[in-house]
Amino acid sequence: MLKLEKRPSPSVFWGRATPVLAVALTMMAGSLMFAALGKNPFEAIRTIFWDPLFGEFAWYLRGQLLVKAGPLILIAVGLSLGFRAGIWNIGAEGQYIMGAICGAAVGLAAYPTESWLIFPVMVLAGAFGGWVWAMIPAILKTRFNTNEILVSLMLVYVAETVLAMASTGFLRNPDGAGFPGSRNFSSYPAAANPELIAGTGLHWGGVAALGAVVAAYVLLQRHILGFQIKLAGQAPRAARFAGVSPKRLVVMCLGIAGALAGLAGMFEVTGPAGQISIDFNSNYGFTAIIVAFLGRLNPVGILFAGLLMALTYIGGEMASTNLGLPSAAIQAFQGMLLFFLLACDLLTNFRIVPARKEVR
Amino acid sequence: MFGGIDPALLIASLMVASVPILLAATGELVVEKAGVLNLGVEGMMIMGAVCGFITAVVTGSPALGFLGGAAGGAGLSLLFALLTQVMQANQVASGLALTLFGLGLSSLLGQGYVGIKPPHTGAVPFGPLADIPFFGRVIFGHDPLVYLSVLAVAAVWIFLRNARGGLILRAVGESHEAAHALGYKVRRIRVLAILFGGAMAGLGGAYISLVRVPQWTDGITAGAGWIALAIVVFASWRPWRVLLGAWLFGGITVLQLNLQAAGSGIPVEYLSMSPYLITILVLVIMSSGRGRAALNAPASLGQNFHAAR
Amino acid sequence: MNRRHLLATAALGLSLAFGGAASAQDKTKACFVYVGPIGDGGWTYQHHQGALAVQEAYGDKVEIAWQENVPEGADAERVLTQMALGGCDIIFTTSFGYMDPTNAVAKKFPNVKFEHATGFKRESPNVSTYNARFYEGRAVQGVIAGRMTKTNKIGYIGSFPIPEVIMGINSYYLHAKKVNPDVELTVVWAFTWFDPAKEADAAKAMIEQGVDVIASHTDSTAPLAEAAKAGGKVIGFGQASDMTEYKPSPRVSSIIDNWAPYYVKRVGALMDGTYEQQDAWEGIAGGEVQIGEITDAIPADVKAEAEKLRDDIAAGTYHPFTGPINKQDGSAWLAEGQTAPDGDLLGMGFYVEGIKGDIPK
Repeated sequence: MLKLEKRPSPSVFWGRATPVLAVALTMMAGSLMFAALGKNPFEAIRTIFWDPLFGEFAWYLRGQLLVKAGPLILIAVGLSLGFRAGIWNIGAEGQYIMGAICGAAVGLAAYPTESWLIFPVMVLAGAFGGWVWAMIPAILKTRFNTNEILVSLMLVYVAETVLAMASTGFLRNPDGAGFPGSRNFSSYPAAANPELIAGTGLHWGGVAALGAVVAAYVLLQRHILGFQIKLAGQAPRAARFAGVSPKRLVVMCLGIAGALAGLAGMFEVTGPAGQISIDFNSNYGFTAIIVAFLGRLNPVGILFAGLLMALTYIGGEMASTNLGLPSAAIQAFQGMLLFFLLACDLLTNFRIVPARKEVR
Repeated sequence: MFGGIDPALLIASLMVASVPILLAATGELVVEKAGVLNLGVEGMMIMGAVCGFITAVVTGSPALGFLGGAAGGAGLSLLFALLTQVMQANQVASGLALTLFGLGLSSLLGQGYVGIKPPHTGAVPFGPLADIPFFGRVIFGHDPLVYLSVLAVAAVWIFLRNARGGLILRAVGESHEAAHALGYKVRRIRVLAILFGGAMAGLGGAYISLVRVPQWTDGITAGAGWIALAIVVFASWRPWRVLLGAWLFGGITVLQLNLQAAGSGIPVEYLSMSPYLITILVLVIMSSGRGRAALNAPASLGQNFHAAR
Repeated sequence: MNRRHLLATAALGLSLAFGGAASAQDKTKACFVYVGPIGDGGWTYQHHQGALAVQEAYGDKVEIAWQENVPEGADAERVLTQMALGGCDIIFTTSFGYMDPTNAVAKKFPNVKFEHATGFKRESPNVSTYNARFYEGRAVQGVIAGRMTKTNKIGYIGSFPIPEVIMGINSYYLHAKKVNPDVELTVVWAFTWFDPAKEADAAKAMIEQGVDVIASHTDSTAPLAEAAKAGGKVIGFGQASDMTEYKPSPRVSSIIDNWAPYYVKRVGALMDGTYEQQDAWEGIAGGEVQIGEITDAIPADVKAEAEKLRDDIAAGTYHPFTGPINKQDGSAWLAEGQTAPDGDLLGMGFYVEGIKGDIPK
């Protein structure tokens, strides 16, 4: 028999090797599923993992990876701080929506003024919208002891209704013949968030995501707040003795996560999505929770996790269109990849050793 | 009559409307009491919905359908148990992955079952009792699962409070180190709790596809699993409060639709967000001013256990 | 690109080398972008039936490809670009929210045809739009509802307050009112495209308010199942698909979204070189809106009346929005004998006179 023995500290080698191992295992398990669905498994795997990076249209798709990964990374970095400190913000989706609505509202209110000031103000408004939405669970938690999981989650549904109101009501395009949806930002340059370098897919949201990764890394390594976050997560009692105010931490962590999610929404609505519409949100806020944990709550890890998730989305879409795979099969495949990634982490933290008879 | 709405009908409908979230939340409560946070409720529910639907259609028996639904939910939860209890994987991420996987797998399984009507689940025959004014309609007019959902809450309450197994389960959830030191099999108990949670979520899902809607379409649970998760938190991990929370949420959902139908004059968009806002409001009132006692979460919630020796 | 088109190109003396690159594929590739899963049994399912009909009609001369569950916005733009790069000759984008992405991508691929459902923007010559006059079907349902209701209360479950839904509500109400002046309409907004359990609750709430005929603008069978529980007192209609499993009652008729004739026609036009940009808005006459069988649960005279209305609309002798019609606030909309301009319908943001309640803002 084998048994697990906890490593004194996580293995650096396995920390790097497990993602590769997990992807390899997923390819094998996925092949079985694709074969069972009557598709050529090699072609499917190649389409998902290889083609977006090195295939015929990689020049276009590589940029799209950034477009898809940007908001995931931006939101996940914010969430990871709270998760480290044991603060459960499940409502990033709502904060993302509110950021988009606030950012867009400011831009649309200024329409059609042309000024370089508009976009920066919209950025602030976007961050503010997400921050405000996250402050509701933060204040309810610090003032009334209300659990933030419930409040943040419920506020997602409220935000979705506000989004429907915005796109059929107060932000509706006045020139849109009564149809739902706001003006498109691509036709309003002062408020738009275009591709910065043609063909790269990089827009301000991608820049912000990379900035957030660096900032979070510095925060966790060098700043007192980062230290407090880590301490509160690992040893809450010790943190209290060390003078860490739990309330302040709740407000800070939820606030940062909310502001970053709001930013992600604002960059998305002014750039790739282009407009506020009833179905503007597409689960980035929930997927980012997975990305945060997949990246082991580490900013650099989140960067890679976000890119990997984006790859499975884009490759999965291609497999679905080109090979006629149901999108449900892609969803199941993504689930499998996550299972293997999570399970293989075992090797990082544990050593598998032969079980010995215990000496009593 | 109250504003054109008959209270007996309203109560009767809210009891039916809240069955799926009540069943799933009761299961999740037991899981969390054992110290495990499984965010995959939505995935387990939809697996229950599709497995229950297929079983009922193939066998022609709703009863077997519900069993099939419970089995489907439990089957998927086994995967979660394997990941978190054997492979020591992170619970939050595993739960979310479970939801993703469950949504995909259910859609694959359900191909070919779209546009079929499942066998009918009838009401429990209470005979003349059903004709009592008010109470007949409120209490004696439902299908078996409505009663089962309330009985499940009672059973879980008694189990956690009085049964030896319940005490052990709570001990495991409060301090797995201490429970281990006392000689309890922490991981085995947790696996059993996870399976129970999966079966209950599956049952809730099957109720949607066999009674509430009744049909199979992709994504039929439409987020009910997330509400169930929220209800457990709302209840601060107490069984009867789960019932209260589920009925409150279900009740306001039904009430807001009734108010719309009765032409109340309250703007629809506010009615539409009211179930979420009122749930928050009630939780704020219940949890404020009670200090740390309100934070009733099991102390080991979400932490994996590995026996050092 | 297809063979005949290529010959025409060659005949015009244009570069054969240019055409040569495309001749590797002599099949016409038709691609479809769906907003939901094919297994939704409603909107997307019906579009996919249309796609399959294209394959059926042209056999191995066409190749079809599709992508389910494409969120509107950035994802749609990427999927469309991938499809255009991947050799699709014509791309059908089957949700209103794809309007801007469709037009944006179409500008970059002038040789690919784009067909956008339910929108109004055709910013480049390779973008066409198409829609179905579902309000014609609502008129037929209205007549049945007005004649069949015993409580004089009829209901409509709306998804979101958008013109398409408001148009349906108005048409349904006007025609019920025409045959039964005492009729009252109850509208319940679900504020979701898809939540079958909520639709069931909405139907139930209406039934408890005494509504006995329910039409719905959401695609699940949940309202019919609720109606069935009322023991024959409540009837309803199939929506998007026929929902035959609830025949003969409570499902007494249905509106079927039938995209097959349009898809077959457009792909055919592309293959034989007669394809032109257009704005198609067909209804019962074109076959896009099909009225499912009116069952025997309806008395023969009502059935005949409903069928006559259907046939009049199909023949073009009757328009469901023919004046005099006032808006809800009493102001005049259409004068005697005037029919509604398409523009008014497409952007409809008001109830007609007699409907109670407000449209959510």
